[in-house]
Amino acid sequence: MTALLVIEELTMRFGGLVAIDAVSFDVQPAAITALIGPNGAGKTTLFNCITGFYRPTAGSIRLAGDGDRTIELARLPGHRIARLGVARTFQNIRLFAKMTVLENLLVAQHAELMRASAFSIAGLLGLPSYRRAEANAINKGRYWLDRIGLLDRANDPADTLPYGQQRRLEIVRAICTNPTLLCLDEPAAGLNPRESADLAALIRAISTEQGLAVLLIEHDMSVVMEISDHIVVLDYGRKIAEGSPTTIRQNKAVIAAYLGEPEDAVA
Amino acid sequence: MLRDAAVAALAAGLLGLPLIGFRLLDQSGGEGLTTRWPELAAAVALVFTGRLALLLIDGGAVRVALLIMVAFAASAFFVPWPAQFLKVVAVGGAAIIAIRAGLILAGPRPVALAGGAIRPIGRFLPWLLVLFALILPVLPFADRGVVDVGILILTYILLGWGLNIVTGLAGLLDLGYVAFLAIGAYTTAILGTQYGLSFWMCLPFSALSASAAGILLGFPVLRLRGDYFAIVTLGFGEIIRIVANNWRSLTNGSQGINNLPRPTFFGLADFTGSPAPGHKAFSTLFGIPYSPIHRVIFLYYVVLALALAVNIFTLRIRRLPIGRAWEALREDEIAAQALGIDRRRIKLAAFAIGAAWGGIAGAVFDARQGFITPESFGFLESAVITAIVVLGGLGSQLGIVLAALVLIGLPELFRGLNDYRMLAFGAAMIAIMLFRPRGLIATRRPTAILK
Amino acid sequence: MAYFIQQLINGLTLGAIYGLIAIGYTMVYGIIGMINFAHGEIYMIGAFVALIAVLAFTSAGIASIPLLLIVVIVAAMVVAGLYGWAIERLIYRPLRGAPRLAPLISAIGLSIFLQQYVQLTQGGRVKTLPPLMPGGFTLMRGDDGFAVGISNFQIVVFVLTVVLMAGLTLIINRTELGRAQRAAASDPVMAALCGIDVDRTISVTFVIGAALAAVAGVMVVLYYGVIDFFIGFLAGLKAFTAAVLGGVGSLPGALLGGLVLGLVESFWSAYADAAYKDVAAYAILVLVLIFRPSGLLGRPEIEKV
Repeated sequence: MTALLVIEELTMRFGGLVAIDAVSFDVQPAAITALIGPNGAGKTTLFNCITGFYRPTAGSIRLAGDGDRTIELARLPGHRIARLGVARTFQNIRLFAKMTVLENLLVAQHAELMRASAFSIAGLLGLPSYRRAEANAINKGRYWLDRIGLLDRANDPADTLPYGQQRRLEIVRAICTNPTLLCLDEPAAGLNPRESADLAALIRAISTEQGLAVLLIEHDMSVVMEISDHIVVLDYGRKIAEGSPTTIRQNKAVIAAYLGEPEDAVA
Repeated sequence: MLRDAAVAALAAGLLGLPLIGFRLLDQSGGEGLTTRWPELAAAVALVFTGRLALLLIDGGAVRVALLIMVAFAASAFFVPWPAQFLKVVAVGGAAIIAIRAGLILAGPRPVALAGGAIRPIGRFLPWLLVLFALILPVLPFADRGVVDVGILILTYILLGWGLNIVTGLAGLLDLGYVAFLAIGAYTTAILGTQYGLSFWMCLPFSALSASAAGILLGFPVLRLRGDYFAIVTLGFGEIIRIVANNWRSLTNGSQGINNLPRPTFFGLADFTGSPAPGHKAFSTLFGIPYSPIHRVIFLYYVVLALALAVNIFTLRIRRLPIGRAWEALREDEIAAQALGIDRRRIKLAAFAIGAAWGGIAGAVFDARQGFITPESFGFLESAVITAIVVLGGLGSQLGIVLAALVLIGLPELFRGLNDYRMLAFGAAMIAIMLFRPRGLIATRRPTAILK
Repeated sequence: MAYFIQQLINGLTLGAIYGLIAIGYTMVYGIIGMINFAHGEIYMIGAFVALIAVLAFTSAGIASIPLLLIVVIVAAMVVAGLYGWAIERLIYRPLRGAPRLAPLISAIGLSIFLQQYVQLTQGGRVKTLPPLMPGGFTLMRGDDGFAVGISNFQIVVFVLTVVLMAGLTLIINRTELGRAQRAAASDPVMAALCGIDVDRTISVTFVIGAALAAVAGVMVVLYYGVIDFFIGFLAGLKAFTAAVLGGVGSLPGALLGGLVLGLVESFWSAYADAAYKDVAAYAILVLVLIFRPSGLLGRPEIEKV
């Protein structure tokens, strides 16, 4: 199986600070890859490099394209990367607060609808081709809202939802862009154990049925261990381990990074 | 409580000491100085009483405050004040505080009822306003002056609706919108006077030139952050005005351009009593007696039609992907970008469209005034247009109409108090923001509904 | 060459005035992240207070010019500081936490209000004051006989600016107040949790900014001797440009930005078209924002995701 995303020797420096130091790993299609590590390990920075918010100092990020072609993401602007099929959520939820739940999902289908509206001309004239496209977009929104149990809140402003539902909405909003790679930045943060378990099941299910690759940053180890196919561990910007959940669980370097050096931890 | 009020009065006294207590006399051979102690004392007394009453209200002695204010307002009416203005402030201020106290005494407002009452009004008000606008010129009290003010208000509504796309929907605070008005106005003026094009021929050119300017400016500056963007656009507005003032060969400098082409009746007839040879007069075309008001009324309807066209356009485009992308960018640029929205391009579209409407408003501006000078396009105009959009409630088309009526209509009503008009205008801007920071109409209508 | 040096001196004088106003913008923006659009009006009020104070104190019998200068500066700083305090207390404080545009629109409204207030109370005509400190030195004479001069008052402007800047830097870096200010600027919530009175700190920031703008107002009255109620708008805009140019939030940057702007205007007027000197100033603003948004001395800001 060829990898969907290949990260090679990726380095990101802010002035003198090295946030990511020559990190390499692959993301396989239709699988869940978790990115873990203590706070400040560079996980979100890595996300920002992949999704085009930061321009990496060195290294490459290649996304598999049609056939054997690969696309270098490291120099593309964020919106182009999103259109190539890389969607993401944010650590601090970023919904369009005053827009409704449904509108949030329609904005996610912007590129498609924009084409259907012939850059607004067909839309302004109210041509049937555009109206059909919009009805399809709304149906897609309906489907996903139903999946996460938010159908009855569809017409409410997004900021009126409780926290857990906002998290779920942000995830399906990302899915509405038809991604091949979904990057989730701490989706379970701030959720209670039951909500976390539900969310983990949802992510697993979506990944399987849509054949969607997921790159996941998460601190909740129960979620990570349960749903990940592959785990990459970062510490101080370096990759310290990589492997299946079982191997990571027993890795000494990982335990040390999380618990501190043995002599500190023992006391 | 007394001490608090005394502190406020002392602060007011110090604030007013140099500027109210003294008056510069512009005499030949340098400035002279005279004093105005009575005015200062009166101002300090006003602040003291007002602050005391407000403190009493906060402290729970609402009845006492109400009594004091009513008594104060009544006596202030008869006591001689050193300046008429102070009397107005004294009586008006006391009345407002008294009303506030009275409202508190009347008990908490039934919130549910207020919300319920507003909704049906919100639904019918736009249609009522359109209806009123349509029949205004034939109403009995509508003389030439009233219709002219109507044109003025409609021009500002047109401008407000144009800017609403940029500021209200896309969230870009443009403090130099007047630049596009100026470009549109000068385009029509120059094409009309130097190339003899008619108003109707000039109109699209005004829109195009303003829009082109918008794209040229927008291209480099649209990536700037909110406040910086605001200041750069402000600077752009000033640059356009300065250029208009100094590029004499094109704009005739500060003299301005006179005798601009007036709109004809769609090229069929003129609005003069004695038309040029080969032209028909509007009055003869319809077989009615000539009256100069016909031109004004016609222009009124032209502006109304343009404004309604802009309104329909905005209401429609808001529901399209581009409109949603604008609002998404306003809410959260980063998230919008992560969903594949090209921020630059989408913002540029908003800027170009908003500028085009500004240019059209410029042509209308020419038609109303008949002449233009660079001084018509100062920062104050931009501030007024921006204020209309923000005070109306960002994104709300109806809010803009209400704000334009309040900010443009009310001062026109009080033309007699000319000196205090702009003072009140500034105070109104502050007051609306303090009491309704989200604008007059803060509700937002969804662009798509899941049934 | 002689002409060039003369323009340099004139430009630096103008720049010092811009710089003093710019400090108020930079400090307020640094601490509450808003453009205090009415700041230019504070400068205008400072100028009017100075003019009135000069006339009042002269008629009260103060004949010594240095003493007069000191009392006028103190009076202008006190009154303007009070205006700054009152504005923050009555208008901006209730709007903290309101939508982003609300304080800005109120500030524009306030700017209009203050202009009209001064116009109503003092009249709309241009006010003039004959020079208080005539005389100066001839520094050098060019080959063409052009004399390069520096007036006594220009020396006062430079000395005063340096003294005020030094004092301000000392306050910000060495005192409790400065620490509170820096803390509140970087994280107001955390600062409040640490026991800093954020409200008071913000108030003091406004007072300091207003007082410095008032000094700029005094300088304008005494140096140019011509003011009207409208001078605050343009000066405010220029000073804001200066603040951006230097890097918003940076005190030395504000002064540097002011000096650069003053020089650009002065040289532009001397060697190019004076009618377009404001265009040159705005063009600089646009170019700086596009190519170096963090300004000359500001720290680059990373967009937080």
